[in-house]
Amino acid sequence: MSITENALGDRQRLAYIASQAADSRLNVELETEGMTLNIGPQHPATHGTLRIIARLDGEQVVWAEPSCGYMHRGYEKLAEVRTYPQVTTLINRIDWLGSFANEVPFVLAAEKLMEIEAPVRAQYIRTILFELSRIANVSLFLGDLGVQLGAITPVFFAFRDREYVLNLIESATGGRFHPNFDRIGGLKDDLPAGWVDEARAVMKKLRGFCDQIEDLLFGNEIFQSRTRGIGVVPRDVALQYGLSGANLRASGVDWDLRRDHALPMAWNKVAWKVWTHPDGDSFARCWIRLQETRESTKIVDQLLDSIPAGPVMAKVPKIIKVPEGEAWVSTENPLGEMGYYVVSRGDLGPFRVKIRSASFNNISITPWLLRGVYVPDIVTILASLYFILGDIDR
Amino acid sequence: MSTPSSTQPRITSVAEVKAALGDQLVDSFFKDDLWLRVRTDAWKSSMRTLRDSLGFHYFCFLSAIDWMPSPYGRGEDDPTEPTPERDTTIRQGYAGGTTRLQVFARVGNPITHVGVTVKVDVPDDSPRIESIHDVYAGANWHEREAHEMFGIVFDGHPDPRNIYLPGDFEGHPLRKDFPLLARMVKPWPGIVDVEPLPGGDETAAGEEQ
Repeated sequence: MSITENALGDRQRLAYIASQAADSRLNVELETEGMTLNIGPQHPATHGTLRIIARLDGEQVVWAEPSCGYMHRGYEKLAEVRTYPQVTTLINRIDWLGSFANEVPFVLAAEKLMEIEAPVRAQYIRTILFELSRIANVSLFLGDLGVQLGAITPVFFAFRDREYVLNLIESATGGRFHPNFDRIGGLKDDLPAGWVDEARAVMKKLRGFCDQIEDLLFGNEIFQSRTRGIGVVPRDVALQYGLSGANLRASGVDWDLRRDHALPMAWNKVAWKVWTHPDGDSFARCWIRLQETRESTKIVDQLLDSIPAGPVMAKVPKIIKVPEGEAWVSTENPLGEMGYYVVSRGDLGPFRVKIRSASFNNISITPWLLRGVYVPDIVTILASLYFILGDIDR
Repeated sequence: MSTPSSTQPRITSVAEVKAALGDQLVDSFFKDDLWLRVRTDAWKSSMRTLRDSLGFHYFCFLSAIDWMPSPYGRGEDDPTEPTPERDTTIRQGYAGGTTRLQVFARVGNPITHVGVTVKVDVPDDSPRIESIHDVYAGANWHEREAHEMFGIVFDGHPDPRNIYLPGDFEGHPLRKDFPLLARMVKPWPGIVDVEPLPGGDETAAGEEQ
């Protein structure tokens, strides 16, 4: 019996000490120790391998920095020992979800230096495939967004409907992921028979997909409370860091290279809208991308209606030599502004290619943006900035 | 309907840019687009002028160029043969230059949607230049990349660690005298596959061979 009594006594004594300790902490801020949290390199929420090192104070981030370079492939160095047509094979792999869009600015830069232009039909087909890349890319983003917030369903819709677009790209170019279809002076081939009708049907499906995602995700109360007012990027900061694409327009900057830069492409021949959002938070960035996918389907529909007949390849020499000069061409890619600064010495290959990829600038804001946010918001903010590791590391 | 890009200059007033930069500007070049070259000691102040006086608030990119042609050519030599002599005279591009290494950056105006490329010479004996991370915050990472790839030191940079390469990496890979080892150890298979193109027009193919 005495053992039980002793144990009871101990328990009572411990309870007393605990209650005293709790009293002493009442109305006193809890003491927390700093810790370092490693997110990644392998993390299902990233498209590739990115490691985030975050120092925490309790639940809040005091310092965070992404560590990239896990996928650096040195395309700028490799491009210097390739001929111009060979470079498109490399740059296909930069943003692997929208490969065709990577080829276009490089080919346009080479054409600018050679002072040639693709035939009008090729410009239309380029624009259509460019927008299809955007739809394939951003539809996966919209699905993935749900996964990162704990909603599993949208990603299945996204993978299902993206497949229609990839089939379309495959039947036109022969490649699902890496088309390598763009040539200096035009395109490798014309569209196959029946492709235009098939594309119209797919665009209708994709508009349905956008509505579905909007109902599932954007109207969802949990989604809104996790993204609204989180990760706010003011207009000036966005410009300073060189954010581009949907991230910039979500901060209220009305700038879309498709509309504002004169490029030999077909965007200025159809009617569409550039969406902006004044808030600059995670929700705004996601919302802009949803609206842009809708606009893209409208652009494709209109271009399919008005596509002119004619050749798809201009007359270019078999062996392409680009005259001496420098050219900078950038386009509005799915991830933002992607451009190539091509320096030519009149050789078979470029002398220097500077690849300006959108994700590198988009992710360079994270040390600034992640200060003071709570741990669960890290993933939301990173998801809404939307980067692809191939596009950061090049 | 189709307007070639070459007929639409992106800069509306080149004279305005020149007037604002004054004697900080060394040279300029215009061809569809504007290239400027500024004095090395005025690099940061001229970027600040571009941002504050001319509204170039958008930072696009910063990088460097090594103007010396590669002593290894295009890496297509037969490794068993003696290395052929190559012309490695340094010749700069648009807006000129006097040094082997040049830093160049592109900034844009979010209202008028025009952009400008600014170049600056980097001294040959000690490749150092001011950091512009406090003018354009986005330049921070771009300068880190240029530092490891070209060996250019950016004075005043808060965190000049490597961004892509391992910390103990030796050499500066994007300099032209850094060999691409994959091409050194094995002959490039592309050169043996060259065969005459069927049905090609003689003039174009004939020039090259």
